Amino acid sequence: MARAVTTQRKALNTAIAWSIGLLIFFPILWTILTSFKTEAEAIANPPVFLFFDWTLENYAVVQERSNYMRFLTNSVILAGVSTILGILIAVPAAWSMAFVPSKRTKDILLWMLSTKMLPAVGVLYPIYLLCIQLGVLDNRLALIVILMLINLPIIVWMLYTYFREIPGEILEAARMDGASLKDEILYVLTPMAIPGIASTLLLNFILAWNEAFWTLNLTSVNAAPLTAFIASYSSPEGLFFAKLSAASTMAIAPILIMGWFSQKQLVRGLTFGAVK
Amino acid sequence: MATQHSRSAARIMMAPAVFLLLVWMLVPLCMTLWFSVRSYLPLRGGDQGFVGLENFSRFITSSAFWPAVQTTLIIVGGVLVISIVLGVLLAILLDQPMWGQGVVRILVIAPFFVMPTVTALVWKNMFMDPTNGMFAHLWRFFGADPVVWLTDASVLSIIVIVSWQWLPFATLILLTAIQSLDSEQLEAAEMDGANPVARFFFIALPHLSRAITIVILIQTIFVLAVFAEIFVTTGGAFGTRTLTYLIYQRVLESQNVGLGSAGGVYAIILANIVAIFLMRIVGKNLDN
Repeated sequence: MARAVTTQRKALNTAIAWSIGLLIFFPILWTILTSFKTEAEAIANPPVFLFFDWTLENYAVVQERSNYMRFLTNSVILAGVSTILGILIAVPAAWSMAFVPSKRTKDILLWMLSTKMLPAVGVLYPIYLLCIQLGVLDNRLALIVILMLINLPIIVWMLYTYFREIPGEILEAARMDGASLKDEILYVLTPMAIPGIASTLLLNFILAWNEAFWTLNLTSVNAAPLTAFIASYSSPEGLFFAKLSAASTMAIAPILIMGWFSQKQLVRGLTFGAVK
Repeated sequence: MATQHSRSAARIMMAPAVFLLLVWMLVPLCMTLWFSVRSYLPLRGGDQGFVGLENFSRFITSSAFWPAVQTTLIIVGGVLVISIVLGVLLAILLDQPMWGQGVVRILVIAPFFVMPTVTALVWKNMFMDPTNGMFAHLWRFFGADPVVWLTDASVLSIIVIVSWQWLPFATLILLTAIQSLDSEQLEAAEMDGANPVARFFFIALPHLSRAITIVILIQTIFVLAVFAEIFVTTGGAFGTRTLTYLIYQRVLESQNVGLGSAGGVYAIILANIVAIFLMRIVGKNLDN
């Protein structure tokens, strides 16, 4: 790709690309800026960009009024525990499919992927009903299990593609040296697999954090994460742009930062190895 | 190489994941199928018995069905066209030599990481609000009457919101595909006198065709299931009721579970048709 280009051409590319990049990013930038304004400045016409009285008041109000911490805690617990649980279940499965493949491995992988394609709304009532009957509607544990299950196919797939990149000869060598299956997994495979597992963890944490079908339909108060907290701003009272912005910024900031680290995994995780 | 011992160990290690997904798939699916052939109104008399395929015919003959199909097709089609066309252009642009490439790529990809409810509410209020939104300011600046976006151009608004979310995904996939394009091939074509347009249509685009197909299939599956973006903006009003939203309303809002489940079965069949094509490509890729 290192084709020689003139500096002029490069400057032009840079100008166009930065303009478009900033245009696409603008709604996020605008939300972050607005979160530091007063409500009056937030709706000022013409809009003010940087020269306003920066204030943290909105953050304090959002925190105070809506118990933001509880929603944040729920988001962290739901996304974190469901992802870790998913990885604990997926690692052995992906390991065996990558290193002891059988004739059915491909079919099993594709079948797992097909469960991800099942439209959630098609099974909304059964899940809703089961939650009611088991007494776990608006329950964190139930949502952890559901989020784990909807991401499990992606977790297995990602781990499988990472594990396949580990050369099998290393395992054979370990076996020759008399390593047991347990030793093999613990001392040979795990260290080599850690980067892949970390990437999988990161992307699936993001996906679980942003999940907004089951979290909206199966929670009300106790288990509601940030997706539901933000949705409660859809019927506003009075001036609220700055507060909406503050709430939104708090909900997306951690994920944006994590997202920057997981751009590469995004391709692997969401195309199931079909684009490299 | 694999011994009998390691084979049975492998089976045991796969068992939990396979078992959980099997239960997760089969139990709700069977329940939906069961409800779809019964008259089941939890708030008005409960389960009133077997009604055959009546729910299936009632679902597609109801006055809401065809408008919902139309809305769904327009939204999915609109998002696909916007994200693929702009995605290809953006991917090519981002592949050019420039300063700060990494930062620009981050700016372009960022919207994908914003949670759907935030995306929808930020667009609804800060951009599309007819009095205080950014678009209203812009329209007034040019002397035009602000558009009441989510009422008068509701479907377009939803397309814009969802496209903003999915354009980064398309761009990133296509950029990854472009970067695997052999630059020598391009140079050879350039030396043979192919102009940039010809190089795009005869070399870059054919190379991207597989990535484009994958983007189309994956986005179709996800955009068919779009929910939160409609839930917090229009609530399905003003002609934005998609098939997914219609089923949601039947099942949870009007609590007509039989009818909604029949709709759910249709949605499952529709998604599976798309999924089969996706699986074929992914499956072929597994073989190499």
